Amino acid sequence: MSRKTLVDAKINGEPTEFLCEPRQSLLECLRDVLELTGSKEGCLTGDCGACTVLMDGRAVCSCLVLGVEAQGKNITTVEGLADATRLHALQQKFLEHASLQCGICTPGFLMSAKALLERNPDPTEPEVRYALAGNLCRCTGYDKIVRAVIDAAKTLRESGADRAAARG
Amino acid sequence: MPTAIIPALLRPLTSNRERVAVAGRTVRAVIADLERQFPGLAAHLLDGGEIKPSIAISIDGEIVPGGVLEPVGEHSEVHFIPAIGGGA
Amino acid sequence: MAASTNNGHFKVIGTRPIRHDGIDKVIGRAKYGADYAFPGMLHGKLLRSPHAHARIKSIKLDKALALPGVKAIITGKDLPKAENKLEQSGEMTVNPHYLSMNILAHDKVLYDGHAIAAVAATSPHIAEEAVLLIEVEYEVLPPVMTVEAAMKPGAAILLDDLRNKEEGDKRTNVAQHYQFKRGDLEAGFKAADYIVEREFTTAMVHQGYIEPHNAVGIYTTDGQATIYCSTQGAFEVRSLSAQVLGVPVGKIKVVPAEIGGGFGGKTTIYLEPLSILLSKMTGAPVKLVMSRSEVLRASGPTSGSKIKVKLGATKDGKLVAAQIWMAYEAGAFPGSPVGAGAMCIIAPYTIENLQIDGYDVVVNRPKTAAYRAPGATNAAFASETIIDELADKCGIDPLEFRINNGVKEGSPQVVGPPFKRIGFIETCEAIKNSDHYKSKLTGKFRGRGVASGFWFNAGMQSSATVNIHTDGTASVVTGSPDIGGSRASMAMITAEVLGLPVTDVRPLVADTDSIGHTDVTGGSRVTFATGMAVYEAAQDAVKQLIERAAKVWEIKPDEIEFRDGAVHAKADGKPPMGIKELAKRLARTGGPITGRASVNARGVGPAFATTCVDVEVDPDTAKVQILRCTVAQDAGKAIHPSYVEGQMQGGTAQGIGWALNEEYFYDDKGILRNIGLLDYRMPTCLDLPMIETAIVEVPNPGHPLGVRGVGEVSIVPPPAAVANAIYDAVGVRMTETPMSPPRLLREILKKLAADDAQSAAAD
Repeated sequence: MSRKTLVDAKINGEPTEFLCEPRQSLLECLRDVLELTGSKEGCLTGDCGACTVLMDGRAVCSCLVLGVEAQGKNITTVEGLADATRLHALQQKFLEHASLQCGICTPGFLMSAKALLERNPDPTEPEVRYALAGNLCRCTGYDKIVRAVIDAAKTLRESGADRAAARG
Repeated sequence: MPTAIIPALLRPLTSNRERVAVAGRTVRAVIADLERQFPGLAAHLLDGGEIKPSIAISIDGEIVPGGVLEPVGEHSEVHFIPAIGGGA
Repeated sequence: MAASTNNGHFKVIGTRPIRHDGIDKVIGRAKYGADYAFPGMLHGKLLRSPHAHARIKSIKLDKALALPGVKAIITGKDLPKAENKLEQSGEMTVNPHYLSMNILAHDKVLYDGHAIAAVAATSPHIAEEAVLLIEVEYEVLPPVMTVEAAMKPGAAILLDDLRNKEEGDKRTNVAQHYQFKRGDLEAGFKAADYIVEREFTTAMVHQGYIEPHNAVGIYTTDGQATIYCSTQGAFEVRSLSAQVLGVPVGKIKVVPAEIGGGFGGKTTIYLEPLSILLSKMTGAPVKLVMSRSEVLRASGPTSGSKIKVKLGATKDGKLVAAQIWMAYEAGAFPGSPVGAGAMCIIAPYTIENLQIDGYDVVVNRPKTAAYRAPGATNAAFASETIIDELADKCGIDPLEFRINNGVKEGSPQVVGPPFKRIGFIETCEAIKNSDHYKSKLTGKFRGRGVASGFWFNAGMQSSATVNIHTDGTASVVTGSPDIGGSRASMAMITAEVLGLPVTDVRPLVADTDSIGHTDVTGGSRVTFATGMAVYEAAQDAVKQLIERAAKVWEIKPDEIEFRDGAVHAKADGKPPMGIKELAKRLARTGGPITGRASVNARGVGPAFATTCVDVEVDPDTAKVQILRCTVAQDAGKAIHPSYVEGQMQGGTAQGIGWALNEEYFYDDKGILRNIGLLDYRMPTCLDLPMIETAIVEVPNPGHPLGVRGVGEVSIVPPPAAVANAIYDAVGVRMTETPMSPPRLLREILKKLAADDAQSAAAD
């Protein structure tokens, strides 16, 4: 068994150091070492997306990333979506549209949707479905999830437009 | 008098009769009467004096939870049906 | 004295508030079973059989025990002897002997993945390494993988002690025979103008919950144990674990964590008793979590089946006779849902002459567990496609055909008792009148299909308490784990009765010590039965509020009524008092108020659904795309319509997966070959369109608010609806699920060849 490695990363905006064995996945490090249990384990083979986090802005399955690969990277998990006082538009819309039933897939969907909206602020329904096809949900049939993402995209565009207008 | 509806696989014990008039104001009394009319039938319905766990009782179209204690009305129909479980 | 709910004009019920547990779930704070961690916690992993059927000759643990970090290992020998008979355990009948054997094999392994030993170690990786060091000697036996193989004379026998009533003392793989009979079958078929007879095969499928099974067990030296786990029923876990461990239920407390999906698959136990036993041996908390491959290999999928259906109808479209033979895979131990399947198969229709025979058959596959309306989906795939064929022969629209034969209040069920008020025909009408059905479907290789389904729904036991707090808000406590948003509905019912805003009522799901016995979240029973207990507990609180007001006003309770969240003196002269004001006076009028109720619920209302799908079949690959989908379901009264829609959409999506791609693929050695979610192919976002819903409300007369369970029935029609749509699209009648591209393509090519041969012969 190898000795643990010290990893230096930014997690949800905070510089973070943690120890891990080389064989531990990023998912395991987040959940068991850093006690950030928001990212979920569904399959460990990258097929369900429940462990989705953003790594330098890119949506990845954290079960397929080694903890040591997080060295020097910027990791965002579901715990970093909301700011201290307010939910992210995606989180708010998921609640309003009843887009979660058991909620286990929700963190993964939120992160994948965030990555989508950052590169495509006005996606069509097929574009949303394509971007979220790597996240499995067994409870909802996806209908209300897709509606929430499209609605959140609209809210984000409008608040972005508001802010731009305010700046003059 | 109440009527007991005999499950298909037990009809050989009742000379193939599906509907049997029974005396009794509780399920226990009804089964005792069935046993009087058709000796050996009760063993298929009861286990240690209570309804077998694999059997549900329906009285007048409603599944009832009281087992042998359940009251039976003067004109009630009593069905013995397989108990089923559910998923979600 | 009932608090007014305004004769159906509700203030809260029927609205769509944000669920109370929602924020925790979207910020990642909600604790699911695998999220629990305790100081000094150890991790457990299981050794599982690599053979489908084998005798265990020896198990050597010494190398594994010697691995640094390993703290304990248990095998089947460490479980006490359990009773070999059927016992009632909540909703289920259970044979403790077989349950124990499923948790850890005794002298035989009966399926690929059957658990043999459990290791506790300081890390999950070390536990996995230790598992590889356990040495087991097997005597491999021939695997029996299908119901036909299991029922053949001379088949290898799985369970030496299994007998059924009809074969006396003969060793057998047939655990049970069900039969339903009425009328005169021969006369019925004689009267039929059209008879259709077909044989169907449905593949074993899994519930597919995204969260694997988990349990954390903590045993303390006073003999008490606590289990934290994701489960559909904390009391069920307690009862079953107590049976397996041979202890009274009072020795075990179960704390239900949030649960990441169940659909019936988490109404039983796998890891829970092992977590306690390992904790007892090590003196530390022990966490066990299944991997995805373990979930597929060794939890509880639902039965594959063989179903033969013969239906007869007169040319004016009246069903006159039904003869059905069905055999379901029970898995390694008895208990498939064939009995339920037999009672559901033609349940939506009045047929005078019928005989249905159902067989529960053990095979070398994992022991099946409940999956959303267990047994009904297999059955409807067979019957609803034949109904369609008969409608076609009679030249009658498939929905009209169903309406003309449809059951209504007073119609006899398959098992005999008459239905009370039900909404089957209304669901057919809802589809008939939907935009979807009224729209024209154009384009090549496109087709439309409809199908209907039935599920009984369950009543059973639930408890509830409603606490009035000193600020006039309330909390409602139940024992029903929330798998789909039900706790919001519990808060809504409480708020409606108390006249409070729904944000002033906090719902809790409690552990087995904190609330009275409550049966599983399953059987579509929570909003019905737990909702009934909540309604009655809230009424009990109202009764006490009235008594307190009587003290304050120095009048009699029957001179007071409660409405709109306040007590009102019936006679003039006293301004009404709201709950907030009364709450300040509880201490001086007798102390805190807790309303309580327990039910063993009667008055269950059964559920019907009718589904319409449009498909497009790729003529070269036979890939089926779902273009449009509408589901109509009778909910009785929708407490929170968004979550009722959610159940309808979720069940439909599972039914579509069942129809098109999901199956267990075993090789000829009985080894499961698709043990991951890439190859056990469930629908993704890209595979489905928006799912349109039509909530029909035919109130259930048995429930104070008219509620009918909604959680299950929507999964029943889709496979048949898809099959009927495929026939409409490409003229092929599928009799096997899944109707995956290779199977459908084979049938399409066969049809093309047959068509070619016919036209060549005609030339």
